[in-house]
Amino acid sequence: MCLGIPGIVVEVKGRMAVVDFGGVRREVDATLERVSPGDHVIVHAGMIISKLSPKEAEETIRVWRELIEAISSGEELGSAR
Amino acid sequence: MGQDSSRAPLREFRDRDLALKASSAIRKAAAGLQGPVKIMDFCGTHEWTITHYGLRSLMPDNVELVAGPGCPVCVTPGYYVEAAVRLAMDGIRIFTYGDSYRLQGPPETDLPKSLEEARSRGGRVEVVYSVLDAVRMAREDGEESVFLAVGFETTAPATLAPIRAGDAPDNLRFINVHRLTPPITRYVLETHPEAPIRGIIAPGHVSAITGAKAWAFIPEEYGIPTVVAGFEPIDVLLAILEILRQVREGKARLVNEYSRVVSWDGNLEAQRLMGETCDVVDAGWRGIGFVPASGLAFKGEFRRYDALEAYGIPELTPEAWERDLPPGCRCAEVTLGMARPTDCPMFLRACTPESPYGPCMVSSEGTCAIWAKFGGGGLAEEVGRELGVI
Ligand code: SF4
Repeated sequence: MCLGIPGIVVEVKGRMAVVDFGGVRREVDATLERVSPGDHVIVHAGMIISKLSPKEAEETIRVWRELIEAISSGEELGSAR
Repeated sequence: MGQDSSRAPLREFRDRDLALKASSAIRKAAAGLQGPVKIMDFCGTHEWTITHYGLRSLMPDNVELVAGPGCPVCVTPGYYVEAAVRLAMDGIRIFTYGDSYRLQGPPETDLPKSLEEARSRGGRVEVVYSVLDAVRMAREDGEESVFLAVGFETTAPATLAPIRAGDAPDNLRFINVHRLTPPITRYVLETHPEAPIRGIIAPGHVSAITGAKAWAFIPEEYGIPTVVAGFEPIDVLLAILEILRQVREGKARLVNEYSRVVSWDGNLEAQRLMGETCDVVDAGWRGIGFVPASGLAFKGEFRRYDALEAYGIPELTPEAWERDLPPGCRCAEVTLGMARPTDCPMFLRACTPESPYGPCMVSSEGTCAIWAKFGGGGLAEEVGRELGVI
C-alpha cells in the first residue's frame, strides 16, 4: 500500500503535475513538493510524496560499494561481540 | 521519455554483481554472531521485495527476516469496514482503494462481509486509484458519498490535501482510518519484549513524510540498530548488512540508506497538512490493540468531513475494540513478526489470495498474500547458486 512509483515530471499545472511513468502519463497532486519539469519524483496514491535525487542514488551506491569492498578484503569487520 | 530515463538512477540497485557482493559481505558480518538475529522489516513493501526477490534464501542460518505491522489494510479494524458496508447498503456511495475493497468486517454479522460483497448484493461501491477520482466524481454528480480512507503517513496527505484546499465537496465525507507508524513500532517493542528484535528496517516511503528522525527513538531508547531503506533488492541487502555490522560492534545507530528520497526532517508540508487538519488520537489496530497516539481524527472546521460523526456512528473506543480475527487466523502474530504465514494451518488451504479468510491475505501488502504469491525468485536464486548457499 505504501508502494511508491518513480516517475519524471513533464508539466506543472498549479497544485497538479503531469508525471511520466516510463511512457504512461498521469496527472497527480503536487501539493507536497515544489517540482519542475525533469524532476525525478516518487508518486503514491496519486500524490507526489517526494523528489528522488539521482545524485544521492549514485552517492549511496558509491559509499556502499567501498564499504563492501572493505568488508570483502577483511579490513572492516572486527570480531563478533 | 521512456522506461529507461525514469528508472535510470535505480538500475544499480538491482545489479546482480552488487547483490552478490552484498550477500557475501552479509555472510561475513553474520559469522560468529549468536543467533537468531531477528531483523524486522516494518513495511509490507519491504516484505514484498524480500519475498519477491527471494532474499531470505540468501540469509545465513543465524539471521532471520520477520515481517512487521506495515500493512495498513491488515490492521484496519473490521468495525470501520462494517460501518462502510452499512452505509453502502443504505444507498450511500462508498469509495475505497482496491486493497480495502476486499477486506472483511468482523466475522460474525449477517451484513455483507466486505465492500466487495456489499456491491454484489446491491450496495454502491466504487474502487478508485486516488482520492482525486473520488473528489471529481462526487463533485460532478453531487451524490452523497463516503471515502474509506485507509493508510499510513504515506497515504494520509493524499486524503487530506483536497480537504484542506476546499476541493472536496460537502457531499463527500471520510471514514478516517489513517494510522501512524512510529507509535505502533514503539507499542510492539514495549508489549512484546519476549520476541527480541535485533534490527529494524524502517519504512522508506513513510519516512519520506515523517523524516528519518521519526525513528531515532529506536536506537536511542531500545538500543536496536535501525536503517531507513529503499525498496530495491540492493537497498534491503545493504540495510541488513548495516544492521549486522552494528550488532557486531554492539552499537545501535539510525542510518538512512534511502537518502535519495528520504531527508532527516521529512516532508514539512505534509506534516503541516496533517497537523492543520487532524488531531493525533489513540486508535485501534486490528489484531494488535488500542494504541496510544497512533491515529488521525479530523479537527476543527474539518470535522464536517467526518463520515462517522455525520451519520451518527460512534468512534471505536478501547472498550469496544476487539481483536476481530476469524477463529484460527494467526494474523496478529504474523503481523508482530512472531509467526510465519506457513505456521498457520489455513495458509494456502482454507485461506488463499482468491478467497482470503484472514485480513493478512487480503491486501497485496499483507504478509500472507505476499508469501502466497511468491516463493523466492530469480535474482536471489542466481546469486545464491554462485555463493553456493542454495
Ligand atoms: S494464512 Fe490466512 S488465516 Fe492464516 S494467518 Fe494468514 S490471513 Fe490469517
